[in-house]
Amino acid sequence: MGVPKEKLLWMYEMMVKIRYFEETMEKVYMEGKTPAFNIGAGTVPGEMHLANGQEPAAVGICAHLTDDDTIASPHRPHHHAIAKGIDLNRMTAEMFGKVTGLSKGKGGHMHLFDPDVKFACSGIVGAGIPQAVGAALAGKKRGQNNVAVAFIGEGAANSGAFHEALNLAAVWKLPVIVVVEDNQYGISVPKEKATAVASNDLRAPAYGIVGEYVKDNDPIEMYKASEKAVERARKGEGPTIIEIETYRFLGHFQGDAEMYRPENETAELREKDAIIRLKAHILDEGLATEEALAERVKVVKQLVDEAYQFARDSEYPSPESALEDLFVQQ
Amino acid sequence: METAKKQRLLTGNKAMAEAIAQEMENNEEVFVLGEDVGKYGGIFGSTEGLLDKFGPERIMDTPISETAFIGAAIGAAQEGMRPIAELMFVDFFGVCMDQIYNHMAKIPYMSGGNVKLPMVLMTAVGGEYNDAAQHSQTLYATFAHLPGMKVVAPTTPYDLKGMMASAIQSDDPVVFMFHKTLQGLGWMDPLEASVGYVPEKAYTVPLGKARVAREGADVTIVAIQMMTVYAEEAAKRLAEEGIEAEVIDLRSLVPLDKEAILESVRKTHRLLVVDEDYLSYGMTAEISAVVAEEALFDLDGPIKRLAIPDVPIPYSRPLEQFVVPSADKIYETVKEMLEE
Repeated sequence: MGVPKEKLLWMYEMMVKIRYFEETMEKVYMEGKTPAFNIGAGTVPGEMHLANGQEPAAVGICAHLTDDDTIASPHRPHHHAIAKGIDLNRMTAEMFGKVTGLSKGKGGHMHLFDPDVKFACSGIVGAGIPQAVGAALAGKKRGQNNVAVAFIGEGAANSGAFHEALNLAAVWKLPVIVVVEDNQYGISVPKEKATAVASNDLRAPAYGIVGEYVKDNDPIEMYKASEKAVERARKGEGPTIIEIETYRFLGHFQGDAEMYRPENETAELREKDAIIRLKAHILDEGLATEEALAERVKVVKQLVDEAYQFARDSEYPSPESALEDLFVQQ
Repeated sequence: METAKKQRLLTGNKAMAEAIAQEMENNEEVFVLGEDVGKYGGIFGSTEGLLDKFGPERIMDTPISETAFIGAAIGAAQEGMRPIAELMFVDFFGVCMDQIYNHMAKIPYMSGGNVKLPMVLMTAVGGEYNDAAQHSQTLYATFAHLPGMKVVAPTTPYDLKGMMASAIQSDDPVVFMFHKTLQGLGWMDPLEASVGYVPEKAYTVPLGKARVAREGADVTIVAIQMMTVYAEEAAKRLAEEGIEAEVIDLRSLVPLDKEAILESVRKTHRLLVVDEDYLSYGMTAEISAVVAEEALFDLDGPIKRLAIPDVPIPYSRPLEQFVVPSADKIYETVKEMLEE
């Protein structure tokens, strides 16, 4: 089962776009936070959880999704949002706290909502899993052929919500896919100190569902595992857990001193960067020329630059607007 | 008497961690469990240095399984141990509240006092660093409303240490709320009030006693944690204009030191209550009701309240600044009260 050329090129370009967005945010986030780091200061204040290195999880499955499929994402949501096709300008403006943002500045980076592409996220670990189950339930009740995907970190697989939601999804045979991004750490706690099994796909039989494991942060393997899972879901064959071994290049949040991490760990992970490996694969297979890839990269980087410029140029909301939107019906 | 120069200064988080360490040295039945309490030392520094001192058997990192580890703390407390469980952000109570309010808060009562739960649930509260709706709440009143838990929220490093020691020694379950900004962490807004004098030797500060943070005769400002800090700031400015505000730092919501509040109001005849929690059905309403019931005729004017105006905490800076009470708002409100 091969991966169509256009899908491979899309995944490459999307991974580059995500990475460039995150790397830009790394810099923007530090504006106004030097020399003394203060989490509440600067252009973009508050916690910031970036996904540099974790792109394969997002692109591998989003390559199979449409705007009618739902994503529930956690506190580290940018790669999923971008791969799902969220409005990039309004997402960026939201992180800047601007009135043009997706939520007019009320949400921030952990609380991005774009109903046009059925994207939502939460800062509460595990909270998105039952909500994805609900989206799948709605699709099934209405006779639609949609899939709902919950992305979680490996730490969230130990929350009660994971167990309750997967059992419910299995017993109702719902088109839900839980993608577990194993980036090795729940903040500082390594997976082997928190999870009694080696990987969470092993838990699938306990719910009577299928589990898939993708090793080595491989976008092509993620694509293939997702293809099977999405097909099963659309055929009414129920949920799947896909765990992908992925890499977190940065800290849990920006400003994390990462004293819990072996010194060379991130450098070694960066050597195995999936973007570099996928590019080499595309060139080796003769699927595109260096120039053609460079052209695609140029286009997506420009879109990211435009989104940041849009965010910078936008206005802050009026302070009094804090009192609006509590109820949608007065 | 030590001179100011010789005083030993600690940040809020180090004061708390020192209390835990001293109680652990005194009592082998005390242990800590929670997310990132080990190597990380607690996301907000509450267990800094404790893993090195006591090892992973007594400073236990947990999976992200709050129902499991808070429930386990309750179970161990029923056996007579003295666990300290950390709920990383108070906002996360939603995933484990059944263990907290249906069990931790009710088992001693339901057992007719035959089962003790000598445990501490410590948790980080507060906002103003743009962490948005799910990571910025205080939820003081949510916990204080439910009977069966002592709920404390100290402001100064001195009180953080002394009240943590009392909380650990208490035979009742204590919800110990520490304010992120008052921990004195290097990566947050530096705040003078987050550093203060803390004696090295072990000591306790009783639970359920308010502290007069500043004496004054013209108006009483009742506050807690960061709102105490802002009230003191406002009081300084008011003093320059000849207005003497008395600032009461509640320190403890349950038990509530009603006498301290009433005594102050009977002296000043005016009351402003300031809270970093939601306005309606909250701490400001409770204090106002106590004063209306017991000292109404001592008042020279209406009671005023400042709190979050019944919306979730918004992300964007101008929005969050609009909803959280500030020293400026306290100053202006007191001026208005005295002009009325």
